Amino acid sequence: MSKLLEARALCAFYGATQVLFGFDLSIEEGGITTLLGANGAGKTTTLRALCGMVRTTGDIRFDGKAIRGRATEDIVRLGIAHVPQGRGTFSRQTVEENLEIGAMTRSGRAAIDADIERVYGYFPRLMERRRQQAGTLSGGEQQMLAVGRAMMLRPRLMLLDEPSFGLAPLIVEELFGILRTLNQTEKVSMLVVEQNAALALDLAEEAYLIETGELVTSGPARQLRDDENIRRAYLGY
Amino acid sequence: MELFLHQVLAGLATGGIYACMALAVVMIYQAIDHLNFAQGEMAMFSTFIAWQLIQWGLPYWLAFGATIAISFVAGVAIERVVLKPLHNAPVLSHVVAFIALLAILNSAAGFIWDYTIKSFPTPFGNGPLFEQGLMSKHDGGMIAVTLLMLAFLYLFFRHTRIGLAMRAAAANPESARLAGIRVGWMTALGWGMAAAIGSVAGMLIAPVVFLEPNMMLSILLYGFAGAVVGGLTSPGGAVLGGFLVGIVENLAGTYIPVVGREMKLTIALFIIVAVLCVKPSGLFGRPIVTRV
Ligand SMILES: Nc1ncnc2c1ncn2[C@@H]1O[C@H](COP(=O)(O)OP(=O)(O)O)[C@@H](O)[C@H]1O
Ligand SMILES: [Mg+2]
Repeated sequence: MSKLLEARALCAFYGATQVLFGFDLSIEEGGITTLLGANGAGKTTTLRALCGMVRTTGDIRFDGKAIRGRATEDIVRLGIAHVPQGRGTFSRQTVEENLEIGAMTRSGRAAIDADIERVYGYFPRLMERRRQQAGTLSGGEQQMLAVGRAMMLRPRLMLLDEPSFGLAPLIVEELFGILRTLNQTEKVSMLVVEQNAALALDLAEEAYLIETGELVTSGPARQLRDDENIRRAYLGY
Repeated sequence: MELFLHQVLAGLATGGIYACMALAVVMIYQAIDHLNFAQGEMAMFSTFIAWQLIQWGLPYWLAFGATIAISFVAGVAIERVVLKPLHNAPVLSHVVAFIALLAILNSAAGFIWDYTIKSFPTPFGNGPLFEQGLMSKHDGGMIAVTLLMLAFLYLFFRHTRIGLAMRAAAANPESARLAGIRVGWMTALGWGMAAAIGSVAGMLIAPVVFLEPNMMLSILLYGFAGAVVGGLTSPGGAVLGGFLVGIVENLAGTYIPVVGREMKLTIALFIIVAVLCVKPSGLFGRPIVTRV
């Protein structure tokens, strides 16, 4: 398998404060990779760094192209869809408008309409609420909308920041099932940030564990799951 | 009762001016999330450009169209050159930039065209619209153009992709970027459109108040009042708010003895403060429904 995204010596800064301290990260084409770590470890910052949303040093390559230092809009247009922490809902716009916004970089009315229907196929509840203001949706529905919006980009890579956050277990199960389907049938590669390590290690093939902006360990998800010391010390289960 | 109706009608006429300006105010507020204090001066400067074009012999409607185009480009340029560098600066820096822009445009207009009052032509004619007077043909034309612009904006924002992209960029810039929307250009586009709408407002207002560098000072305040009444987020609300302010102003001038002509401007300020106290989201502003 080839690497879809590769970051080397990744550092990130908020003003003068350094938050990431130079680690390497790579994402397999077609695979699901998870990035784990405690609250404040730098997971969100890592995703933001990959999308050019914070000041970053190091080298980031997407499909072989150097993307570090490029504008977020341009990185997104290469086919990286970022489902941000907090879901990034356009709360005043309708559900359908949110999906339209997700396809803003594309042209071709028919293909966009077909993709909206495709999203509704995955998330029938969004279809029921298509004319509703997105701010009125429940947390789970908003998370589905965020994933749907990301799908509208027809991305090659999806970055998901704590998609399970604040959702009821049943909804989480449904959502992760759909992520798995998207990965398998639509060939979307994924980097999933999670605090719920058990869940993420179940979904992903590869895993990275970071602590205060530094890499603790990485490897096949199965290996991390089976490592009692890691599990006790970092994953808390 | 007759006096009352007359005053309402006369209020609608002046309200048309405010509605027009309020529309420009809301446009920019949507794009940048705060008020642009230089907006009146931008409209004034555009109107001078139109006046100059007409002086040079251009037919009215050609000058009208050219002024809209020039103002649009200038609005985009102002955003790119003056405000883009301030992109991450605190709001106060923006306010300072607006005030500087206001002062520069005001004195530049005074320098180029001097401070003498100039008359500006109306394409609608000066006669009364109805038998009884009160509303002139020009007032009627102004209201019609304002409503036309409103319809155009409605269609643009509700039914075009670029309109949706602009709304997305204004509502949630970070999320919009993640959808690949070029937020900076959307803001610039908002400035361009606000400048264009402002130029129309200026050209329609000038025949009534006469053209001079300070013509927009009080009108911008009324425009703000109209926009605040309308809720700052809704173009339709802004237009309604503008008309309401015009009517209230006229009625107050007639029925409240102390108000008179000199105190009229205070009405605008009073309306702004009153609305902000009682209903901060404005009469027609959509309150956001959020569930967490
Ligand atoms: N906007 C910001 N400005 C300054 N520091 C920040 C900002 N956002 C996050 N941080 C800091 O960066 C570190 C990593 O944060 P984050 O990436 O959000 O962690 P995680 O997503 O793993 O919980 C934390 O110490 C946090 O306090
Ligand atoms: Mg986080």
